[in-house]
Amino acid sequence: MTTEAADPTETVGAIAPAADPGFLQRHGATIEYILIPGAALAGALVVFGIFVAMFGKNPLDLYFYMYYGAFGTWFSWQNTLTRAAPLILTALCTALPAQLGMVIIGGEGALLIGALSATSAALALQGMPPFIVQIAMVCAGVIGGGLWIMLAGALRQYRGVNETISSLLLVYIALAILNHLVEGAMRDPASLNKPSTREIGAANMIGSIPGTDVHWGLVFGLIAATAAYILIYHTVFGFAARVAGGNIRAAKIVGLGVSKLILTICFLAGGAAGLAGMVEVAAVQGRTNANLAAGYGFTGILVAFLARQNPLAIIPVAILLGGISASGGLLQRRLGLPDASVLVLQGIIFVFVLASDALYGRIGFLKGKS
Amino acid sequence: MIVGEPLPPSGAFGVNAIAMTMRFGDFLALDNVELKVRPGSFHALLGENGAGKSTLVKCIMGYYHATEGDIIIGDREQAIANPKDAHALGLGMVYQHFTLVPAMTVAENLVLARDDVPVVVDWSKEMKELESFLARMPFKVPLGAKVSDISAGERQKCEILKQLYLKRRFLILDEPTSVLTPAEADEVLGMLRNMVVKGELTILMITHKFREVMAFADDVTILRRGKLAGAGKVSELTPDAMARTMIGAEELTVQPPRTGEAGQARLELAKVRALDDAGAIAVHDVSLTVRAGEIVGIAGVSGNGQRQLVEVLAGQRESESGEIRVVGDPYHASREEMRRHKMSLLPEEPLKNACVGGMSVADNIAFREFDRAPFASGGWWLNRGAFRDDAKKKIGQYKIKTRTPDTPISALSGGNVQRAVLARELGGDVEVLIAANPCFGLDFAAVAQIHAEIMAARNRGAAVLLVSEDLDELLELSDRLVVMFHGEFVYEARTSEADLTVVGRHMAGH
Repeated sequence: MTTEAADPTETVGAIAPAADPGFLQRHGATIEYILIPGAALAGALVVFGIFVAMFGKNPLDLYFYMYYGAFGTWFSWQNTLTRAAPLILTALCTALPAQLGMVIIGGEGALLIGALSATSAALALQGMPPFIVQIAMVCAGVIGGGLWIMLAGALRQYRGVNETISSLLLVYIALAILNHLVEGAMRDPASLNKPSTREIGAANMIGSIPGTDVHWGLVFGLIAATAAYILIYHTVFGFAARVAGGNIRAAKIVGLGVSKLILTICFLAGGAAGLAGMVEVAAVQGRTNANLAAGYGFTGILVAFLARQNPLAIIPVAILLGGISASGGLLQRRLGLPDASVLVLQGIIFVFVLASDALYGRIGFLKGKS
Repeated sequence: MIVGEPLPPSGAFGVNAIAMTMRFGDFLALDNVELKVRPGSFHALLGENGAGKSTLVKCIMGYYHATEGDIIIGDREQAIANPKDAHALGLGMVYQHFTLVPAMTVAENLVLARDDVPVVVDWSKEMKELESFLARMPFKVPLGAKVSDISAGERQKCEILKQLYLKRRFLILDEPTSVLTPAEADEVLGMLRNMVVKGELTILMITHKFREVMAFADDVTILRRGKLAGAGKVSELTPDAMARTMIGAEELTVQPPRTGEAGQARLELAKVRALDDAGAIAVHDVSLTVRAGEIVGIAGVSGNGQRQLVEVLAGQRESESGEIRVVGDPYHASREEMRRHKMSLLPEEPLKNACVGGMSVADNIAFREFDRAPFASGGWWLNRGAFRDDAKKKIGQYKIKTRTPDTPISALSGGNVQRAVLARELGGDVEVLIAANPCFGLDFAAVAQIHAEIMAARNRGAAVLLVSEDLDELLELSDRLVVMFHGEFVYEARTSEADLTVVGRHMAGH
């Protein structure tokens, strides 16, 4: 049954000046996008407070130290931003395929492969000018990570393999490849306790943004997220992707090449995570070893969902989550909480965010009369 | 409270719904509607989609509770709290779609429907009772056959028999003939009509087919936009008068006359085969040619492979074998081919098949052209202004009712979603048009507009393939008629020479 006849604000064949709804109704959707994740975050913090109280700690102290450790000082800000940089990139690995309706959770694998590729490129080009090496590392990282996730996309498109499962399993394959290489063919004989590749060389490191201790990876992340936003919302390619993601049948009926869209988007997504791996090597670790599997790829999933898969919203959310992880050390020192406590918080946040998804469009005072 | 005599134990009884008003939030679905069904009569309830017919009968059946109004069953006012109360009073309803369990036999379905199914069913006793029940009934169904093996007509008979078996004496039929061939419809309605004449049954039938109203109904009640638009004896009315009452003062688009001759072949299918989702052959090596300036109609009861055939043409399904050519070139439903041959598609259920619900009306209208100027600058940058300008123009031209071009298309009614698709698909030049049930579930104004647009496209020289389950629509529009049954084309004739009974027989597979 349609409500066509009864809607007084509809007019035939013309754009009706909408009956002036209130501010809340006009911006209902936008407010929801801020209010609901915000409330989910607040709810998670309350539950985490209860969790901490069970250890006999004061939750208010907890919140203060979390804030202080994340955003309280210039030092903590820099720590936060350094951690946010790879999160922005790995979040894109989930957010870009989400535009096509795909759930990719294998950013960690693309990060590892990207790191491995970038390290290989640097080691192969030893002696070349640093600028050339750095460019080669970026390309290698993006291509390596990109092909890795493209594999998950191709499996889905041509073999009907669920991309969520395959991308997750590819993480373990990536980790196994990485371990195999750093303990075998690529191992630096000098690395005894922690098998690693040889160093890429101090000259080839990308360094920090002048005047800070934050490395250039943050700029890479900001550029990538902005470019992803422009790609999705302002280009022909992004429009086609949104059509295919919104309704695959509609995309086919207007003849859009869905396979090409899937493969390209998956490549770009994996490329972003691969770039994160390159940044971790070229700005932090200086070499590839098992330390790289630090969970940035998995936290990136959380960032993407909290940002509702919007590439621009990923930036503040990644900074927030980077802050939470940055405060972990302080919580350990001041409150005597285990370092892994922040992982508990991340888990709680994830559950709240997923559950809050059911609230969109159901908040009474934001609904217009329809 | 009207307290009259209780219902007699058997025979037909009447139902009066008085001053029915139903609100859903701010929306007034029924506004002070009155419906009087005399005992032992065949009553038709007419109205466009959204006129409130379903709401009204759902109030009578206890699915909804009317905001205001009373329901009088026989002579006594009754509060009907839920469908169970309605069933206890002898009210039954047959839905548009089947409610039988396909994997069970007819007998099992009948017994299952009872409220008092014993823990252990004594089948020999039940079968005897069912047989004696069937002997009293005007139509026969094979009791031992599985529902999945019997035809649509027989299933609809089962649905009706189920109601009679449950001793319902007031039957509400919701568009009961939409899944039947004309001959099957006449048979079923004719038998019900006999039971009504004998005083065993009262029938209230929701329909939009005037032919059935004229042939079978005694009285008619017409709703328009939630209000009572008219009521009276069918014998005193003409289909024209009923149509005018249904539509009101709304102006309908006038369909242009059929002009011009068919030209050269535009769309050719050669031994096209396609599978359904379960992997069974749904389209069985069909061949067909559609020429420029003609409408070829494909008739058939739903589920005989028409949907899969259209999906192949729309690029939504891969064909297994065979070849499709458009103006001589092989066709694989790519964007480039669709564009080169100026192909347009009007699929059924446009929101599901041709739109992205969450994207705006303007975006949806631009799906075919967004990657070209003026929508895209330099072939890659979207020019938002062009989207809005084009949408505004087409919203006016195609009378799309929407608040703004930026409203998500899922907020529009079915008719307006189809108008938006029409604007997109027929807004430019068309050389090949494929339409599948383009008017399913739409109101008169939208149907008239869509029919006029299809005819106009044909007159401009487009080759049109029209797949429809509505035979009247096909007879009205098509130049040639093809009947599809079990995935094959079993009959073909010029529409002007087609014999309705022969068409109906082929639709039923005889």
